[in-house]
Amino acid sequence: MDGIHDMGGMDGFGPIPIEQDEPVFHAPWEGRMWALNAALGALGHWNIDAGRYALEQMNPALYLNSSYYLRWLYRTEDILVAHEMVSREEIETPPGQRQVEKQAEPLSHAEIVARARAAKSARSDVDVTAGFKAGDLVRARNIHPTGHTRLPRYVRGRTGLIEKDYGVFVFPDTRAVFAGDKPQHLYSVSFTAQELWGEEAAAKDKVYLDIWDDYLELGG
Amino acid sequence: MAAQHDHDEHPEHSHLSDTDLRVRALESLLTDKGLVDTKALTAIVDTYENKVGPRNGARVVARAWVDPVYKEWLLRDGTAAIDSLGYASTQGADMVVLENTDLVHNMTVCTLCSCYPWPVLGLPPAWYKSFPYRSRAVKDPRGVLKEFGQDIPEDVEVRVWDSTSEVRYLVLPERPVGSDGMDEEALADLVTRNSMIGTDRLKGGRG
Repeated sequence: MDGIHDMGGMDGFGPIPIEQDEPVFHAPWEGRMWALNAALGALGHWNIDAGRYALEQMNPALYLNSSYYLRWLYRTEDILVAHEMVSREEIETPPGQRQVEKQAEPLSHAEIVARARAAKSARSDVDVTAGFKAGDLVRARNIHPTGHTRLPRYVRGRTGLIEKDYGVFVFPDTRAVFAGDKPQHLYSVSFTAQELWGEEAAAKDKVYLDIWDDYLELGG
Repeated sequence: MAAQHDHDEHPEHSHLSDTDLRVRALESLLTDKGLVDTKALTAIVDTYENKVGPRNGARVVARAWVDPVYKEWLLRDGTAAIDSLGYASTQGADMVVLENTDLVHNMTVCTLCSCYPWPVLGLPPAWYKSFPYRSRAVKDPRGVLKEFGQDIPEDVEVRVWDSTSEVRYLVLPERPVGSDGMDEEALADLVTRNSMIGTDRLKGGRG
């Protein structure tokens, strides 16, 4: 989707907020939010792509006005409701006033760690033919899917060079809506800064993206 | 899924206690349902506050500086070479290491969200996840690097890596000039987190 999260190339957000001696979490609730995300993720009801898609569907004004972990809070609430693990009413009812039945036995920390270690990478063992090879000139397709995608707007329609074939990986666009892995080759593709940003960009500079087969067509 | 939050204007800096209460309420709800265990959450926080961090990445870098065979392996198969030092887990499942040289400066970003190599660097700093960095790193990397105090010479090629997949990137910074006699542990002390993201160049380097 052409959402607010797709920020590459936007102007106007101001200087980089560099902080000296930054703590890992700026408040205890941030750490709890982080841990909730990890513990819930280990239950396996959704995958990382679905989690990202839930963030992307936040109202853009709310997205911009919320800090990082506050976006995680809203995302987690949304996804828990979508998976009918909690109801919106339960979320909005103060802890002292609600009646909740225990419905499961939670994972221990050791189990969460073991599941995280056992989880395979996003690589797929499926044998799929590569559409392109290192050295090919390619064009990122000018597509505007309304669902989840990992092809940023700033690169669509631009010509780049396949630098490396990383092998076969699962496809986020389908995984985000639980529509299958659709395994396919993933490439490291370079684009010159001038191809992306025009002649005023530094002549030598490049931007590299990881791009799946479905996002590419032959270019040149 | 509709993002129907009643709290339409809630940057936590102005409503810190509200956010704090809302997270506590959610944790309490999920605990009552048996979906999460409070002790497990505390252990996860402790892991990322105290155990996993950029020191891991610094050890990888220092090893590569002193051991050419390891460095060759690291650049060819970052995943296996990093695993061999014991820093593996899900968020670093596929690692690619990018070598900075006199002629090439690498810098990493995630424009779409906040992808970052947790096992070697820990959790990302707030600036890495910030809108200014995510928006400008790909378009004006030299301007961004100036804000970090780094003036990259014109003849150096800047390569920005946008982490759009589950592949995670770690920058191998140049070994500082004058560090010749130092052992691995002392070298690891020279490696900054930002030098492994690519927004820092280590002292003694060119530029």
